[in-house]
Amino acid sequence: MTKHLDRTEIGLLIALPFLILVAFVLPKWIVNYVHVSMGTVLVALGVMIQMRAGLVSFGQGLYFCVGGYAAGMMAKFLGITDFFVLLASGIIAALILSGLLGFLLRRYREIFYAMLTLAVSMILFGLLSSIEELGSTDGFNLPTPSYLGWNPEGETSRLTLYTLTCVIAVGCAIALNRFLKSPIGYVNEAIRENELRVEYLGTSAHQAVHLTYVLAAVVSAIGGVLWALPLGHVDPEMTNWTTSGQFVFVSILSGTGNIAAPMIGTFILEIVRVYAVEFSPNTWQMILGTVMLLTIIFLPKGLWSLLTKKKKPKKSAGAKAPAAGE
Amino acid sequence: MLTATAIAVDGLGFAAWLFLSSVGLTLIYGVMRILNIAHGGFYALGAYSSAWAIGLYTATGSTVALTFLLIPLAALIAGAIAGLIVERGVLRFMYGRDEVLMVLVTYAIFLILEDVTKLIWGTQSYVAWQPAFYFGTVEILDIPYTVYKFIIIGTAMAVGLALFLVLNKTRVGKLLLVVIEDREISGALGINVTLFFTVTFVVGAILGALGGAITAPEISVSPGIGAEIIVLSFAVIVIGGMGSIGGAMIGALIVGFARAASVHLYPPAELFSIYLVMAAVLAVKPYGLFALAESRKI
Repeated sequence: MTKHLDRTEIGLLIALPFLILVAFVLPKWIVNYVHVSMGTVLVALGVMIQMRAGLVSFGQGLYFCVGGYAAGMMAKFLGITDFFVLLASGIIAALILSGLLGFLLRRYREIFYAMLTLAVSMILFGLLSSIEELGSTDGFNLPTPSYLGWNPEGETSRLTLYTLTCVIAVGCAIALNRFLKSPIGYVNEAIRENELRVEYLGTSAHQAVHLTYVLAAVVSAIGGVLWALPLGHVDPEMTNWTTSGQFVFVSILSGTGNIAAPMIGTFILEIVRVYAVEFSPNTWQMILGTVMLLTIIFLPKGLWSLLTKKKKPKKSAGAKAPAAGE
Repeated sequence: MLTATAIAVDGLGFAAWLFLSSVGLTLIYGVMRILNIAHGGFYALGAYSSAWAIGLYTATGSTVALTFLLIPLAALIAGAIAGLIVERGVLRFMYGRDEVLMVLVTYAIFLILEDVTKLIWGTQSYVAWQPAFYFGTVEILDIPYTVYKFIIIGTAMAVGLALFLVLNKTRVGKLLLVVIEDREISGALGINVTLFFTVTFVVGAILGALGGAITAPEISVSPGIGAEIIVLSFAVIVIGGMGSIGGAMIGALIVGFARAASVHLYPPAELFSIYLVMAAVLAVKPYGLFALAESRKI
């Protein structure tokens, strides 16, 4: 490894053993929430890396669903229960689909990108809702995974899956952090600021967007598999646009400043959701909407900016350039 | 032949519904450059208030004929109140911000409106079928259709025509076109741009509510209808080219017939045929059929 680990990566690696330890200390229902949100964290990360390029994906649920369904179908039709094969099938399915769709989507920016990603995810929603072999709108169940021929049961199985999920999620986060710090990652930020200039400088914005899109898809598909396995169930709701909207919400709330931000944001959201749904189920979305509005108005760079503001107060002033006249 | 007629009439019916539901969205985008996800919320508010009002009214046992006044009235009140609150309360502080950011803002408003409808009308379904069957049915080639369906088609055409006339033949409409062309210059010329924005947004909200209100007798009004209509309306206005009212009409016809055709020929395809059509149109014309080319800013 040529590059040194940066502070975020060290933080993530330190957090990993604690995250795993949680499973042995905290009550089971909390661990289940952490486990399931580990999957959605990855999808939120997928949304976030696209947001770095100024692209808002309102259909990231598509790959969340593709991952879950690909793994589920391998188990359902081929009888495969091996964790690593299921994970690989989710990744491959997302790679193929996003590789192809990328050729269409990389031409679009701003609201068109948002709406097209949304439309594509709704095509899958419509398709899955009407296929009876896949349980239509009810979806279908997944088996308990095995690991390279080892078939743990009960508590061991749960803990094994949890540990693997944590390791993979942290691994993905570190990989994405590397991506954001890579040349393409910086090109993405330049695309957000001014795409035409990027092209004048001799870089293909299309290629950078395409690559980012595929990467986001793969990470989201991994999230889909990791989400579906502990729940043991998938349904078309995974690719409904309202699901994708929640991933966008997390990215807005936590900001795109750091790879850890959406992770922490998801955990907070899940915990708030548990209590909100319990105490007043009909105002949950209202809380979400209000928090989102307040974030956009008062913290345009998300909650993460609260942590960084103190150190470099001057930087944020330059980032807010006045909009060109219309 | 029978199928062809069925597709034609159903297609027109779908198209009329889609046009009414999405014309407000395209109007708001055209004038204000806001892709208003909260439009789905206005639609749901209209549908609920109309179904609720019809339910209250018919419970008194009076003649059903008056419900036809009740439907536009419910839409007018619900749309005007909600539109005014949203525009004056939130959006006016956000003008001039990035278009994508406005999508997120209106998404947040949509989430809030969803729960507002749940808080006002609860989570149960409302059925207000009385107006739909008041005029009975007509038979076209042995297939019975409610007269109400044709009333919706008529309303859609009337709304389209009225918008066209107002925009192109009246002073207000021409001023609005100036505002669309250049916001800053028209302000400098003494046009009250803020007022135009508010009025446009409220009119758009009322149109969205009307789309919901007029459909309410044909469906069971339940939570989630707002989320459903918003993606359909997106498809409609994207196909036609966002901001174009004629485009919304063509888009509604294309989506309407695509849906009717798949319902009659291959029902499982119903849900995704619409988006397939949309993807196909956009692959050829990236910004819709009637969108004007925009220059790239350096």
